[in-house]
Amino acid sequence: MTRSALTFRQSLDGYAFISPWLIGFLVFTAGPMIASFVISLHSWSMLSPPSWVGLENYQSIITEDPLFPISLWNTGFYVALSVPLTIAVGLALAILLHNKLPGMSFFRTMVFLPSIMNIIAVSVLWLWIFNPEFGLLNSFLRWGGIDGPLWLQSETWAKPSLVVMSLWGVGGTTIIFLAALQGIPPELHEAAELDGAGPARRFFHITIPMISPAIFFSSIMGVIGSFQVFAQVFVMTGGAQSGSEGGPNNATLFLVLYLYKKAFQEFRMGYASALAWILFFIILAFTVLQTRLSKSRVYYESHR
Amino acid sequence: MNKARSYDAIPTAWGTLARSGAVYILLAAISTAFLLPLAWMLSVSLQDIRGVFAQPFVWIPSHLHWENYADVSELIPLGRYFLNTVLVTVPVLLGTLFSSSLVAYGFSRIRFRGRSALFALCLSTMMLPGQVTMIPLYILFSRLGWIDTLWPLIVPSFFGSPFYIFLLRQFFLTIPREYDEAARLDGAGKFRIYWSIILPMARPALITVALFSFIGTWNDFFTPLIYINSPENATLTLGLNMLKSQIVGTGMTQWHLLMAAACMVMIPNIILFTLGQKYIVKGIAMGGVR
Repeated sequence: MTRSALTFRQSLDGYAFISPWLIGFLVFTAGPMIASFVISLHSWSMLSPPSWVGLENYQSIITEDPLFPISLWNTGFYVALSVPLTIAVGLALAILLHNKLPGMSFFRTMVFLPSIMNIIAVSVLWLWIFNPEFGLLNSFLRWGGIDGPLWLQSETWAKPSLVVMSLWGVGGTTIIFLAALQGIPPELHEAAELDGAGPARRFFHITIPMISPAIFFSSIMGVIGSFQVFAQVFVMTGGAQSGSEGGPNNATLFLVLYLYKKAFQEFRMGYASALAWILFFIILAFTVLQTRLSKSRVYYESHR
Repeated sequence: MNKARSYDAIPTAWGTLARSGAVYILLAAISTAFLLPLAWMLSVSLQDIRGVFAQPFVWIPSHLHWENYADVSELIPLGRYFLNTVLVTVPVLLGTLFSSSLVAYGFSRIRFRGRSALFALCLSTMMLPGQVTMIPLYILFSRLGWIDTLWPLIVPSFFGSPFYIFLLRQFFLTIPREYDEAARLDGAGKFRIYWSIILPMARPALITVALFSFIGTWNDFFTPLIYINSPENATLTLGLNMLKSQIVGTGMTQWHLLMAAACMVMIPNIILFTLGQKYIVKGIAMGGVR
């Protein structure tokens, strides 16, 4: 009796402490999620009352809308390029910075600094860096005798340009990997060295498995984040006040930019909500897939 | 494989020196590459219009045009944007710190029914793209009459943020429970333990969350873009984008002014980074290595 009364009391206290999040979850997440799904089944401009259309929004997005496959392809292209590159470059930098030499903290600061910068200021800066005639990048290329591309103004180079810019912010990922590297007990490497394992062998059989949780985390967060890339695209190529343009020939029309335009420029709230749910399911599918893959990976490593 | 071993097993003094030298050269080159865009931004911001388009570009102009920084204010009310951003950032900071730590305390120190399920739910919401809830929230805030005010940018932060809850919980779990016990024996209630035992001991984690929250709010673009319509309510990110549209969109060429504005928007980031790098690094590492 007293025991259960105590747990009840405890539970009440617990709920009291987490109540800010619990209320926030209901009001700002769960409720709007339901509402968003209901809205996605309607045609609604916010000016006239919504009219029920069932799954029509989803259907026309998938089968009729010519811009949806373009935005999906663009986003997928960006994710497929920027996430693996960020992880590879981040890891390479972390390994360099993991050297126990004087002055490493200075280099770490230099690599890390750009990643916490204001994204709009960064976008404005890179917009000018990518300027084909007066920008820093092509000036350098010209100096080396190369005629640089049009970057953001080129259908081919617009997305790679954004990837290059995203690599400038690789510092956060580098820090994660650096912390993971510092967490590997040195005895592991010493023991393997005594057993005759060379640097490459130790890298693949000790370093990589030991930091695999960090790689997993970075790839999950990377995929979630890059599927939602918006601010830099909006500022650099897609912020035209009118029209549905996203870069040269829609080369940088990304999913969230497209969604934003549907919602807040065309006021097609039902259509935009359906787009949001499709985006959510794509991200969810990737996260589940990555978790599956990583589980089999971790299992495999720990049973060797 | 034997070869690899023999290289590795004979670390000569020269070999070590050459290796360190190579590392330094590589890192110096990389650091330069990372720093170059910022240096260039600063350089452009101090040019006059002819300097911006000079071919070849002169990195250090003969006359440094510091007046560019003042001239920005003739194009956009930068002070106003700064004030608006501060008016958002400060309450968000306080709201985040208080609510997230309160929730983290509940999740780490009190046993209650459904705790682990709710915590898992809390973490899983991090995966939800904001676009899913964006439209209903827009409608909710417009019903409240909050469109074109700063409230939609501020209020949600008072309801805890999953990532910060996670970080703080991780930290609270490292605080020995003996402190709670001792305080309880002295007659302290749960809130008192949270307020006068846990919070003071969690100072480093709170500083980390404060820095993250500040930088996140300072850099936020999507939320103000949706909710703020009139220029006088804009935040810095929004204002900078408006300046960009003004300059680029209308075919003007005052890139030196745009760069000066971008530099000014970055200054708080640089200051905070310099002061709090240690805490930011610790927080990122804590979030990334579970």
